[in-house]
Amino acid sequence: MHLDFVGSFIFAADQVWIWLGAYCFVLASAYSAYTLIAGKFMAPRLTFGLVVAGFICQSIFLGIRGHAVGRCPITNFCELLTFLSWSMILIYLVIGSSYRLSLLGVFTTPFAALLSIWALFQPEPQAVLVKSPVNPWLEAHTSFSIVACGAFALAGLAGLMYLIQERQLKTRRPSSVFFRLPPIRTLVVANSRLLWLGFGLFTVGLGTGFMIGQDVDWRKVAWSLVIWALYGGILLARTRRTMAAKWVATLSIIVFGLLLGTFWGIRFISDLPPVR
Amino acid sequence: MNISCFGLSHQTANIEIRERFAIADSALPKALLRLRAIEGVEEGLIVSTCNRTEFYVAGTVSKLAPARFFEEFYDGLQSGDEPHFFGLWAERCVHHLFRVVSGLESMVVGETEVFGQVKRAYEAAVLEKATGRRLNKLFQKSFSVGKQVRSSTAVGRGSISVGSVAVDLAEQIFGKLDGCKVMVLGAGDTSEKMARSFKARGAHQIFVSNRSFDRAQVLAQETGGRAIRFEEWEREFSDLDILVTSTSAPHSIVTVEKIAPVLRRRGDRPLFMIDVAVPRDIDPNVHRLNGVYVYDLDALQSMAERSMEARKQEAAGCDRLIAKHVVEFQNWIEKSVNPMLGRGTRLASAFSGSGGTTSAIRQLPDEADSSA
Repeated sequence: MHLDFVGSFIFAADQVWIWLGAYCFVLASAYSAYTLIAGKFMAPRLTFGLVVAGFICQSIFLGIRGHAVGRCPITNFCELLTFLSWSMILIYLVIGSSYRLSLLGVFTTPFAALLSIWALFQPEPQAVLVKSPVNPWLEAHTSFSIVACGAFALAGLAGLMYLIQERQLKTRRPSSVFFRLPPIRTLVVANSRLLWLGFGLFTVGLGTGFMIGQDVDWRKVAWSLVIWALYGGILLARTRRTMAAKWVATLSIIVFGLLLGTFWGIRFISDLPPVR
Repeated sequence: MNISCFGLSHQTANIEIRERFAIADSALPKALLRLRAIEGVEEGLIVSTCNRTEFYVAGTVSKLAPARFFEEFYDGLQSGDEPHFFGLWAERCVHHLFRVVSGLESMVVGETEVFGQVKRAYEAAVLEKATGRRLNKLFQKSFSVGKQVRSSTAVGRGSISVGSVAVDLAEQIFGKLDGCKVMVLGAGDTSEKMARSFKARGAHQIFVSNRSFDRAQVLAQETGGRAIRFEEWEREFSDLDILVTSTSAPHSIVTVEKIAPVLRRRGDRPLFMIDVAVPRDIDPNVHRLNGVYVYDLDALQSMAERSMEARKQEAAGCDRLIAKHVVEFQNWIEKSVNPMLGRGTRLASAFSGSGGTTSAIRQLPDEADSSA
């Protein structure tokens, strides 16, 4: 009873870090969008600072949760969404500098804010506070899979930026936004590398999932394999040069949309608890 | 204590008039001595470019009419010269200089060359010890204003010539151009300018093909590229990034049928084509192919015009920024006139209009600004 009370308090208090993180991402998005659309000078350090601040807030939240549950904190939908947002920002911070960091941020931060706000509106189950023995395969499976989703999210965003640039070039009336976004060739390379990174991580995530040794929900497995095959197909077509960059970009957005839908929909089609 | 500017520019005089009053860099030291010799000139500086000849002076000379000043400086004026001169005093002179340095008074609004020209003029004047406290402060302030205008507004953004629009587009497609392979088909003036622009931005693999191989060789030599015979240009096409065409062929020489098989081998590498020929060398349907972007003369010209229009619109915002700095400079002048003057006293005197503490700048009547 006492543990339940303490747990409720910790869970309620630590959500403030998601709020703070979301606030930082919303500010970064608003500032970047304003400077981009109004053609004003953008202070990259300000955007970068806000993204780092949001990332630190999310890390604190995940740290508190991880300490409380004694494992990788992906025990409910709120944590899953936060972990996904955190993974995406992590990859953005690591590789973003190669692709005009502040401008990729224009597209990354609103999405991170959206995921954080979505996470805040999820109901919080209490049962997970009881610490269970850690299964390293399960930990590896969940963390690799979610970080892979972060890479796929960024690939989708790079694809979206590519399509915006492509559209402007085809209309022959590029706006000022065109000249402030990364070159189209850079976006093709970024999209491709992120797809490969995500695919590699997702493959490891799937592989370790088969080693968990618990009951397997084959509907989840089948759906995950469909996603894996779709990304594999995109990469194969790209490698064999049978698919134009425009279609690779479009499909990386559509398949990520499917993946995101899976997070939400899997709860309804699965007989087992959502993540654990 | 007054600051003023006497001059003529592309807005008041045509090139025949301007070249008569222009002062060569080599003649500047003597001209500055001559300027300082005019009665009432305590400090002086001369900005002479192809678009303007302007004399910035501090001292009682500011009361002179512009034509009178020019008579004092130049040996003689011709009849009909007078209407081309202008004179600006006090804050209007300051405002004008800030606009000049920011490129707002230039023929091509937002151009950056004038910043360097004014800077060199200032350095020459400092070297000749022709400037003092007031002009030093004024010009140093103008440089910081010019930098701020460029960095915080869009007045210098967007290309305004067909050549630079094409190169900017190429950079937005490929990023750095140093790894790009550029082919120029036709060795006319336009393609020559394009080839030079691409070379200036880092492209070092330039191929030139022309019906006259000799002409292709000349252009290739000038741009550090390689000449190829006109019959052979299609062979180099598969790993090309940028194609510039300006031949006089009466029909399209680049068609969908020729390009489509090449594209399959290229994968996701974009292909940028610039068609400056009339009639066009590239079939317009080529633009519909995935990863291929064809820009003809009209498309490039329209982009250049839109940039020019955007710059002019941005100039209004720049003026607001400049006005703020003019006030700051005025305040500095007021302080330097009477350093013991408190802020409250200055404000009171400004509102009451009492002569005792009003700055020299404010004493000048508005109607003092005039064209001769």
